[in-house]
Amino acid sequence: MAAKELVIDPQRRPVVIVDKLHVKYRAFSSGKAVQKIPGRSLLTRKRGIRTVHALKGVSLVAYQNESIGIIGANGSGKSTLMRAITGLLTPAAGAVYAQTRPNMLGVGAALIPDLSGEHNIILGGLALGMTLAEITARRDEIVGFAELEEFIDLPMRTYSSGMQARLKFAIATVQQHEILIIDEALNVGDARFRIRSEDRIKEIRDNAGTIFLVSHRMNSILDTCSRTIWINKGTVMMDGDTEEVVAAYTEWRKPAA
Amino acid sequence: MSDPGASEHGASIAEQAAELGLHRVGARENFFRYLVITWQRRDFIWHMAQFRMSASFSSNRLGMAWLVLQPIFDALVYGLIFGLLQGNNRPPDYPARVVVGVFLFSFFRGSLTKGAKSVISKRSLVQSLAFPRITLPFAVVLQELLSALPAWGLLFVIMPIMGHFPNLRWLEIFPVFLLSVLFNTGVALIAARATVHLEDMSELLPLISRILFFTSGVLFDVSAIFDKWPQVVIAFDFHPIYQMVQLARHALMGIAVDPAYWIYFSAFSVLVFVAGLWFFWSAEERYGR
Repeated sequence: MAAKELVIDPQRRPVVIVDKLHVKYRAFSSGKAVQKIPGRSLLTRKRGIRTVHALKGVSLVAYQNESIGIIGANGSGKSTLMRAITGLLTPAAGAVYAQTRPNMLGVGAALIPDLSGEHNIILGGLALGMTLAEITARRDEIVGFAELEEFIDLPMRTYSSGMQARLKFAIATVQQHEILIIDEALNVGDARFRIRSEDRIKEIRDNAGTIFLVSHRMNSILDTCSRTIWINKGTVMMDGDTEEVVAAYTEWRKPAA
Repeated sequence: MSDPGASEHGASIAEQAAELGLHRVGARENFFRYLVITWQRRDFIWHMAQFRMSASFSSNRLGMAWLVLQPIFDALVYGLIFGLLQGNNRPPDYPARVVVGVFLFSFFRGSLTKGAKSVISKRSLVQSLAFPRITLPFAVVLQELLSALPAWGLLFVIMPIMGHFPNLRWLEIFPVFLLSVLFNTGVALIAARATVHLEDMSELLPLISRILFFTSGVLFDVSAIFDKWPQVVIAFDFHPIYQMVQLARHALMGIAVDPAYWIYFSAFSVLVFVAGLWFFWSAEERYGR
């Protein structure tokens, strides 16, 4: 694998630089895939630990006002790359540089199902780093975008999955993000909400944001992204114009006849 | 991070990035900056604690009443069993001792066992949002503190019923509460990180907390039980949980304690708290992997 030297375009303003990034996971495994390890014991903790080399030297530069699609098969390392860009995963080698800390569009894990939508807006906003005053000021906007006016005082566990997804999306996108990572979040909700959320994404991009969009839906990639990166088995297969990359990926993905 | 290959082609990527004003993502803040950022997240800590507490009782019919019922039942059950078992070794004023001991210990137990799980149980949150991870154990300890407050308030009602009437010495209970907050927070921080390294800790810690419960003089008079082994009695002079319980009994019941306990327990609480902050912070990049 010939590691291409990263070239930074001096004409444009780079906001994220990923430099020969390697990420490894260690995980307990069980079942047939475990190799026999000599001298395995409880104390040496060798039993069934496997190291997964999830990213193998990924390099890229993202510029201001770009929306970049990230595509690839399941398990190719897309989400790992996104988590490393936000700094949530520590690289085994290489580094990520960014103008401001990139945000992941994901607030779901901060919310508590037993709490009302109202309280979850406060909790989610605080988890994203907003102040109480900001949350109070934009509360109506969040509720309106999620279309939950009648249900906002009910516990979140009583919501349908589409309603929950709308609430999460509305909380997460109420702020203007400079660098925003959207991982599969557009695959939820009905067609109407999908269109509105794609509009929201474009709005963020037009306000000088940079967006990474991870998706398996080639249509939303084609609609929102000007540039696309295809990740395969932890390396960059292709990086360029969305239509070319999507065409090559679709061709590659076809089952062998 | 060093990049020997690139230096031949001029500036390395790291240097170019620095020139363009880009910073390495995910680098750990220095200790004091970390504390400042955590302080800025105090609303997050407070709401996590408060909301989680109300959510945890939302489906119980008796709701928040369990916050006082639970310690009362604990004190009744343990007090009865150990009172019968000890027979004549039972210390004077036994019921009041047990109530004070059990009510103070349950905050320690909650901080230790729930604090230990505070990070590992929030793995998906840690993997999706960036915030100082120390907010998680802080929120858990705060939630435990909020849960302990009704029971602590109840002490002021139970003590007069048991014949200990309010006087100026009662004010000494507040520094005991404050020091126990510091101590328990430190313990929770250490347990939270230890459990990230070794998840088996979360199974082991309830056992450890039970052992501590039965060995901290919550239910018996140390000098009466161990009068054959004076070394053991001396060892209890350096047992922070025993000191906490004894100082609280001193404040509310007038039990005689060595004034040096104040110095020991203060020093111990501050030390454990600061050590806990440091210990937790120094693994900040590891959480959520």
